[in-house]
Amino acid sequence: MTYTAMKVDLDADGIALVTIDLPGQSMNVWNEALMTDFSAFVEDFAKNDAVKGAVITSGKASGFLAGADLRMLGGGGPKTARAATKQEQFEAVFGLNKMLRKLETSGHPAKALLNGDAYAKPVAAAVNGLALGGGLELVLACHHRIVADDPKVQLGVPEVQVGLLPGGGGTQRLPRLAGLQNAAMLATQGQPIDPQTALAQGIIQEVAPRDQLVAKAKAWVKANPKVVQPWDKKGFKYPGGAGPTHPAAVQFHMASNAMAQRETNHNYPAVQYILSCLYEGSVVPFDTALKIESKYFFKLLQSPQARNMIRTLFINKQAAEKGEQRPKSVEKLSIRKVGVLGAGMMGAGIAYVTAKGGMEVVLLDRDLPYAEKGKAYSKSIVDKAVGKGKMTQAKADELLARIKPTVDYADLKDVDMIIEAVFEDPDVKADVIRKTEAVIRNDVIFASNTSTLPITGLAKHSERPDQFIGVHFFSPVDKMPLVEIIPGARSGDKALAMALDYVGMIKKTPIVVKDTRGFYTNRVVPPYLNEAMLMVKEGVKPALIENAAKSLGLPVGPLALVDETSLELGKRIMDATKKELGKDYKPTGVEELMEVMVTKLGRMGRKAGKGFYEYPSDGGKKFLWKGIADYFPTAKEQPSLEEAKERILYAQLIPAAQCYADGIVHDPQSADLGAIFGWGFPPWTGGPMSHIDTIGVEEFVRKADSLAQKYGARFAPPQKFRDMAAKKETLYKAA
Amino acid sequence: MTEAYIYDAVRTPRGKGKADGALHEITPIQLVTQVLEAIRDRNKLDTSLVDDAAFGCVSPVGEQGAVITRTAILNAGYAETTAGIQVNRFCASGLEAVNIAAAKVKAGEADLAIGGGVESMSRVPMGSDGGAWPVDPAVAFKTYFVPQGISADLIATKYGFSRDDVDAYAVESHKRAAKSWSEGRFKKSIVPVKDVMGESVLDRDETIRPNTDMQSLGGLPPSFAMLGENFGFDSVALQKYADIEKINHVHHAGNSSGIVDGAAAVLIGSDAAGKKAGLKPRARIKAFASVGSEPTIMLTGPEFAAQKVLKRAGMTTKDIDLWELNEAFASVVLRFMQAMDIDHKDMNVCGGAIAMGHPLGATGAIILGTVLYELERTGKSTALVTLCIGAGMGTATIIERV
Repeated sequence: MTYTAMKVDLDADGIALVTIDLPGQSMNVWNEALMTDFSAFVEDFAKNDAVKGAVITSGKASGFLAGADLRMLGGGGPKTARAATKQEQFEAVFGLNKMLRKLETSGHPAKALLNGDAYAKPVAAAVNGLALGGGLELVLACHHRIVADDPKVQLGVPEVQVGLLPGGGGTQRLPRLAGLQNAAMLATQGQPIDPQTALAQGIIQEVAPRDQLVAKAKAWVKANPKVVQPWDKKGFKYPGGAGPTHPAAVQFHMASNAMAQRETNHNYPAVQYILSCLYEGSVVPFDTALKIESKYFFKLLQSPQARNMIRTLFINKQAAEKGEQRPKSVEKLSIRKVGVLGAGMMGAGIAYVTAKGGMEVVLLDRDLPYAEKGKAYSKSIVDKAVGKGKMTQAKADELLARIKPTVDYADLKDVDMIIEAVFEDPDVKADVIRKTEAVIRNDVIFASNTSTLPITGLAKHSERPDQFIGVHFFSPVDKMPLVEIIPGARSGDKALAMALDYVGMIKKTPIVVKDTRGFYTNRVVPPYLNEAMLMVKEGVKPALIENAAKSLGLPVGPLALVDETSLELGKRIMDATKKELGKDYKPTGVEELMEVMVTKLGRMGRKAGKGFYEYPSDGGKKFLWKGIADYFPTAKEQPSLEEAKERILYAQLIPAAQCYADGIVHDPQSADLGAIFGWGFPPWTGGPMSHIDTIGVEEFVRKADSLAQKYGARFAPPQKFRDMAAKKETLYKAA
Repeated sequence: MTEAYIYDAVRTPRGKGKADGALHEITPIQLVTQVLEAIRDRNKLDTSLVDDAAFGCVSPVGEQGAVITRTAILNAGYAETTAGIQVNRFCASGLEAVNIAAAKVKAGEADLAIGGGVESMSRVPMGSDGGAWPVDPAVAFKTYFVPQGISADLIATKYGFSRDDVDAYAVESHKRAAKSWSEGRFKKSIVPVKDVMGESVLDRDETIRPNTDMQSLGGLPPSFAMLGENFGFDSVALQKYADIEKINHVHHAGNSSGIVDGAAAVLIGSDAAGKKAGLKPRARIKAFASVGSEPTIMLTGPEFAAQKVLKRAGMTTKDIDLWELNEAFASVVLRFMQAMDIDHKDMNVCGGAIAMGHPLGATGAIILGTVLYELERTGKSTALVTLCIGAGMGTATIIERV
């Protein structure tokens, strides 16, 4: 037999060594080629008497098998899964389970195995590197699992992170090996574990040095010619118990149901389905359990959540990080050393991520203590990591050694790139630009981390505006995954290319946005926060506002966010805008509320210990300030939760749509990535543009119009979307 | 339609529902048997006249399983022809069983019937029968399941009852129960429970603590804070009650119903059947109703059941002399009085389950009997009996003395 995605070598003992090695790919995945090959192998394995057993391994140094090709699943499953009838679609989805089941039973019926009338041929997995999702599920279907003794090897079922479940028997074999609790942790959170943990949980049987894996696997196969999986034996019991009347299992299900609802707010059906697979599968025979799993998997494949999450969180994110927006004409640039100007909160964070990305950092500030304080921030982060055992002291020391705090501009003479993060004042920036350009090489790219000042304006202070660009980080820099890249009117291709290469090196997600006030994210978030404050002003209960946001899947409520960024800052920006625009200033409606909160009451936000929330001085948990009702009385008629959610959602959808319509973000992909990674727009939606597609553009326009009528013109949909609705267009091409 | 009359009502005293409780050695079959025997013996009843008996039981498994009513009928030596059915409407099972007996009489399906209930919580622990609601993710997610204690705390939070409010209610329950015993108000309805030798093991409710005061209750930690905060149930509740910031956990063992063992039986029949058996009717079952309500807050059903039954009876709250609402949790009663504008002096006048306990399947029949004797003692006429019920339901019955 000839295979393309793997090779099979039969040895003298009749043991088939299956080496999975997808041609032309850096990593093994379940794609249609491997499915075809592996399925053919399993058929032959079951019936060919010359083959006594098998060892499965990988030909890639990068790992064993990284799961299913999400491009295949994002389109609704394998090709045939898009077939005509529901039954045919199910059969296509069930394919992987069927194949793996045949691998572990050699094609014998479960009853024959149970009664001892038949045995399976032994199959061992020699896992030389990461096995995730369908990769781990293949391993689980083997009778003996040996994994490389390397704590870096990741074993896990991360499907939930793109809205799916481990649909290759993962929801059934994991709990039967490791118990319901461990299986639920692995499958609902999607975090991988290392081989020692997997060994302790009973998921694998052995760890061994990498170069001995195959030999040990073969030895085991040779020594165990007749095998049956534990769950195919009489009297099998789940570790820790299972079933609707087992006390420990009942407790587990009750608690996991509630905790999963707390974590998902009913927005991620995959989590419930995984728990359902664990529960329902524990009551029935294994073959029935696999079918139940595939049925839930089938439902997820058709859910908008999975489609949107796969597209945004996987495909588009990866494309952006691989430099989809990068000018092709520019060669890959080497960035060895970066000058970070300003060691305040942003500069300190940028210095840390840059050093972490392997680059040398010159951290410059006006006074040495400031510069050193900026470096100390990195030290506090790595110290914590070392304390938790997540980083070695040596690595921490190396990282810190790469950061050089200084006050001397001359230290910038050999840097490849500048990132400026000084005070947001045009004059201060102009001064810094001039001083820096006086010392740096003339091919160095100058990036400004401004969040408010137009790049084109700042570039006027530069001698080399074609090498000037905006690179907007979010706070806290070490945690926030997004970077907005803002080419000014005169920025050249090289500036854009280097900015993207730099973001790649610090492993963040870039979007390229137009040079305009607030760029993308800061054009959406303020109107959204204003809307929440307008609701307060109208007498909507603050708890309802906050809970509605959390119910949508936003990480924090908008009022908590306002407190966090400080009402005082909000008011300062508002006053500045008012002054700048003069009679052109359009009131947002929150002016009075800001006046009361900041000027009259001094409720400036978290730092002041009081804002919309009270922050107990003893460090106790914050709680909503009841006194707000004395100034903005609670309305008798409260909106329903659904109404509140809709208003909060559309307060983000409309400005995001406007940014896309105005070309501030160039494509729906960037709008989606920027929203999820910039301000925590709910990931289950795939981002605002994906969500508008899910709602339907026509329905979105209709709903926006009705909200505009109810709350004001700010909810009116952009003309572009009206046109799309009329032409029945979607933002993304149908999958 | 035929009228359904109450001819007698008896109950066992309630024993602490633990291994050291006085009734722990008594099988649940014995509890039912002894109240059936009392009904027969007190009324010199020819049991062949009893068509059917319905008993509530909330954990009908193990020794409470397999239609405990029929087993007990045989064990009590009733005529073979008396049928038996076991009823489960969670905490209102005992009242529902009475309503079923009354409905059978009204419909002409039975002439004489017994409604009652039993629960030996010390022997068959609460939850022994499992159930899909909390466990099966598909349904738990869809319906926002939370345990009752969380619901009770949610009621307190939503309707503004503080820890002091619920504790003060509990203090009063004990005070009233103790007073009722000292005045002999329960005497006529109590069937002391006898052991295998025929000796009485309990003749008085075991869990009343007359000295309960605010201070003694104040020291008790809230029972559901951990469950709500650490296991996610508070979040689940707030996903439905989104205008609340945080649940105030006010309930504890001292202001919630006690876990106890006990049984009760009520003899119901038509006018003609009563005459035939030589019995004197004591009250008419005027109307009854059950209703489903929002399941997450779960325990607000009595308000809606009461409104429904009042409407059915053509009555208003003003027409009811005495109210009896099971004290599952203090907030349940406080909310009911607030919603229906009922004076505490007319509510649970003899104390309730906070003091005397709540043997799940039996309580409905117990409190119906309690209020019947109290109407007779005080010369009053009408009473409304109701209970809150798991999964969001309410059952209510109006009786009127004749």
